[in-house]
Amino acid sequence: MTALVFAEARNGVLHPGVAHAITAAHAYGEVDVVVFTEHAIPVPFAGIRRLWEVSDETLNHPTVDSVIPTLGALSEEYTHFIAPHSTFSRSVMARLAARLRAPMFSDVQAIDGTSITRPCYAGAVCEVLNVTAHRMTMTVRASSFAAAQPGLPATIEAAPFVCGVIESSVTASEEVTSARPELTTAKVVVSGGRGLGSKENFALVENLADALGAAVGASRAAVDAGFVPNDLQVGQTGKTVAPQIYIALGISGAVQHLAGIKGSKTIIAINKDPNAPIFKVADYGLMADLFEAVPQLLNELKK
Amino acid sequence: MRVLVPFKRTIDYHLTARPNAAGNAVELAGVKMAPNPFDEIALEEALRLKEAGIATEVVAIAVGDTPMQETLRTALAMGADRAIHLEIPGELCSLQVADILKNLVLKEQAQLVLMGKQAIDTDAGQVPSMLAELLGWAQANNAFKVAIVEGRATVACEADHGVETVEFPLPGIITADLRLNTPRLVSMPQIIKARTKPLQTEAATAKYTISYTRTQVFVPQQTRQNKILPDVTSLAATIKGLQS
Repeated sequence: MTALVFAEARNGVLHPGVAHAITAAHAYGEVDVVVFTEHAIPVPFAGIRRLWEVSDETLNHPTVDSVIPTLGALSEEYTHFIAPHSTFSRSVMARLAARLRAPMFSDVQAIDGTSITRPCYAGAVCEVLNVTAHRMTMTVRASSFAAAQPGLPATIEAAPFVCGVIESSVTASEEVTSARPELTTAKVVVSGGRGLGSKENFALVENLADALGAAVGASRAAVDAGFVPNDLQVGQTGKTVAPQIYIALGISGAVQHLAGIKGSKTIIAINKDPNAPIFKVADYGLMADLFEAVPQLLNELKK
Repeated sequence: MRVLVPFKRTIDYHLTARPNAAGNAVELAGVKMAPNPFDEIALEEALRLKEAGIATEVVAIAVGDTPMQETLRTALAMGADRAIHLEIPGELCSLQVADILKNLVLKEQAQLVLMGKQAIDTDAGQVPSMLAELLGWAQANNAFKVAIVEGRATVACEADHGVETVEFPLPGIITADLRLNTPRLVSMPQIIKARTKPLQTEAATAKYTISYTRTQVFVPQQTRQNKILPDVTSLAATIKGLQS
């Protein structure tokens, strides 16, 4: 068995999940890494037998389609293909799996011999699969595997870029420059629900988020009510979050919302309804009117 | 241009998925099912392409056992012109589904497949990319804006780092993310009309084998403190304690 890690990179920057994917890949023997960039960048981790550098001027913002022919050409000596569980890498691993006629496993959280554990239904349940295939691709959840130690690849080799026939290209790329952290990777998330009552009142959520350096989220009810756009939606039909601290303001705790916040280390809820289901899953609850409690809380946090 | 929209049947998102008594599958018996919400967004986009005169026909597809037809009736009620049920019993892996869809896409000579970015049951998100590879087509994932002009797709996509625009000449696969649109509500007359729309059933066969067995399905254990705080002061102290 030998594993190849797909080291997603964009605009000369490695995806932070790559360090964790390298650790996961060691479950399947020796680890090589392949990185696609315009100009070579360091992949500064220990435990890499060989780093394949693939360079081409089109690779600063690669499409999923563009990296597949090269991965296919490199694939022969590898049994396991591992990447971080990102939007881009997930597609690359699925496309590669189809090319190899091999299975793929998404968002793997644990590897034990031939078994893998992965979440379903936004984490409401997990499944353990005993894999009989000898060749497969997978994406792994970064927070479930330690980051590889800093170091250097034992050898570095250039691999030729194989140009495919599919004419797709990234014609624009924009980093979202929000003053707030990104929802799915934030350490603290403050979310608001229907209890906020209006679009204007959602400023309360934003103020608390800014006081804590947090990302802003919302329940589906708040999105459906038009308080916020749906890219803020947290839950089974929105984004899955796993922050250190999750603060739910005026969120009753619908099933599909709870599924999306399950991975949070600590859940705090403020709600005036003592029977709100959110209190059953919260570590800390405050039964209070949020229009009084949140301004007070902002004052207390300033002290 | 003919657009295909695969429709998956999943547990209604209002409900909690639970393991079965044997603890080796998710319990589906007696559980309310509904179309995968991301597939409804994909269908809505296909219908808008038709209303804009870009698509000529919208065909909803489902792969699986007989109850899939119920899901397809929802697609017809939303406005799909016709539906095709590719009937095959039992669990399928992503590669099998992609292969079955590939054969249909070729047979129907579709130029575009619009589909949900993932299904809310397995959360795997593999079939669109596998289908693209098996067809040798371009793909754009997690779309929040789709424009098709003179056979060329310009797709604004959600990406981990922000947003990006992917362009390609058709044919291709586009997956729908939440922000793309809000699916239309279905009225009673449309539901009745859907009963008479063509729903064709064809037997499908799986070419590849499933190379895993599901040995366990479990609810991740979580111990929550469930502590009710008396006032805002203690809440502030708790937050400060967690942050330090």
